[in-house]
Amino acid sequence: MAADAFDVAVVGGGLVGVATAWGLAREGCRVVVLDEGDRAVRASRGNFALVWVQSKGLGLPAYTSWTLRSSNAWAGFAQTLKEETGLDVCFQRPGGLHLALSDHELEARATTLKRLHNQAGAADYKAEMLDRAQVAKMVPAIGPDVVGGSYCPFDGHVNSLRLFRTLHTAIHARDVTYLPSHRVESIFKEGGEFRLRTAVREIRAAKVALAASNANMRLAPMVGLEAPMRPERGQIVVTERLRPFLHHPVTTIRQTDEGTVMIGDSKEDSTDSSRLTIGVSAKEAERAVRMFPLLARANVVRTWSAIRVMTQDGFPIYDQSESHPGAFTVCCHSGVTLAANHALSIAPMIARGALDGSLVAPFSARRFHVQKTG
Amino acid sequence: MFRRLADAGTAVGLTVDGRPIEARAGDTVAAALLAAGIGPCRTTPVSAAPRAPYCLMGVCFDCLVTIDGVGSRQACLVPVHEGMKVETQQGKREAGR
Ligand SMILES: Cc1cc2nc3c(=O)[nH]c(=O)nc-3n(C[C@H](O)[C@H](O)[C@H](O)COP(=O)(O)OP(=O)(O)OC[C@H]3O[C@@H](n4cnc5c(N)ncnc54)[C@H](O)[C@@H]3O)c2cc1C
Ligand code: FES
Repeated sequence: MAADAFDVAVVGGGLVGVATAWGLAREGCRVVVLDEGDRAVRASRGNFALVWVQSKGLGLPAYTSWTLRSSNAWAGFAQTLKEETGLDVCFQRPGGLHLALSDHELEARATTLKRLHNQAGAADYKAEMLDRAQVAKMVPAIGPDVVGGSYCPFDGHVNSLRLFRTLHTAIHARDVTYLPSHRVESIFKEGGEFRLRTAVREIRAAKVALAASNANMRLAPMVGLEAPMRPERGQIVVTERLRPFLHHPVTTIRQTDEGTVMIGDSKEDSTDSSRLTIGVSAKEAERAVRMFPLLARANVVRTWSAIRVMTQDGFPIYDQSESHPGAFTVCCHSGVTLAANHALSIAPMIARGALDGSLVAPFSARRFHVQKTG
Repeated sequence: MFRRLADAGTAVGLTVDGRPIEARAGDTVAAALLAAGIGPCRTTPVSAAPRAPYCLMGVCFDCLVTIDGVGSRQACLVPVHEGMKVETQQGKREAGR
């Protein structure tokens, strides 16, 4: 085999790409990961690090099962990574909370969970509504404005930056070729193999997995696939390290293994991650202080914004090309939560050359063409 | 290690972890600690390494202490006052303090 020829070329070295590449290497594939340079816009460096199940899948029950599957695979995934790299990604699954600051919010939450539960084929993820006293028992530091919330035992979190680093260490240890500053400009098929053109050189591979997040929109049509995206900006506020007081992650607030408190749940229509809307951070912080008044005194040490990888309906896209056999898309929001699935389920499918329809058929981008009736 | 200039201001009494020390009017807390021979004023939150005032101008954050019950204050930016209670900070700051 020539030096630049591989079994699989993974386009994109974010969490989704490296998790998939690691899984492929474990299946014995010769893998190359093509990535942009250090200035790339990467959701994988700016996310909130939840492994989150509750409230996922309204409108697509298969997404609930898929998310639950990843949550259940996470502990083993983290353990294997630790054995291979010696690095601990600090996965914890103490169960997570969503807190309501008014009766109206609490009712809205209960309605969402009921609608999720009532969907045909919905997996039971054991979410339950809690009143104020029940919440206070789990997180005594709540403020007087918290009226209740919801709880799901399958929710957890990790150290997300360490996960990113660990996966890169793991692919390196498994001899995956990682090529930064190799932005893929075009992909075409010739002589039964894919050719990926970059400004540096051309890479050849028998298969290609598109994990270039929002850029999949541009790349997918080159291999007969599609990925309709609508990127969105999120902002995060980070405090100094505090003694542990919050033992369950909350949808919008979590305390990391090293004591830092992260606050964030904003959504803005923007693709500029070099800016930050201060008003948005202020609102996030204000809600956090109402939830946990002791945060009022904490010093904020950092704020940042990052661009979410969002498909047009918010659900993942896993697809294989009919016109270009061997080309796949792996694309989603919640790439932390789903990292275990990408490594342990999606990668083996790509290694075998076909997606397993019984697991991922609902995630094909063909869903965007379903005619609306009525 | 440090010696005061001859024209140092009037005496101000404060406590460090309950122990009385004498500072001078116009001192910052960091200056008062150093003049009293107290080096390390905190340990870091993760590896518990000792830290002492370093830059003395508000940029390094090595000088964090608890002052009158409020944690993580920069000792080099806060002037002393009579009766001030300073506590060295061990590891992570206590939430709400
Ligand atoms: C504020 C925020 C909070 C979040 N919170 C959570 C959370 O709590 N839990 C959770 O599960 N998920 C969360 N996410 C989502 C999660 O971060 C993403 O789903 C995940 O990081 C996506 O990884 P990715 O590899 O697809 O994308 P990215 O990290 O964006 O990586 C894509 C990579 O592709 C490369 N690339 C692009 N174009 C090309 C090209 N032409 N050639 C070569 N390489 C290319 C880029 O350089 C980049 O390195 C959050 C995201 C944000 C922004
Ligand atoms: S000594 Fe550097 S900030 Fe106080």
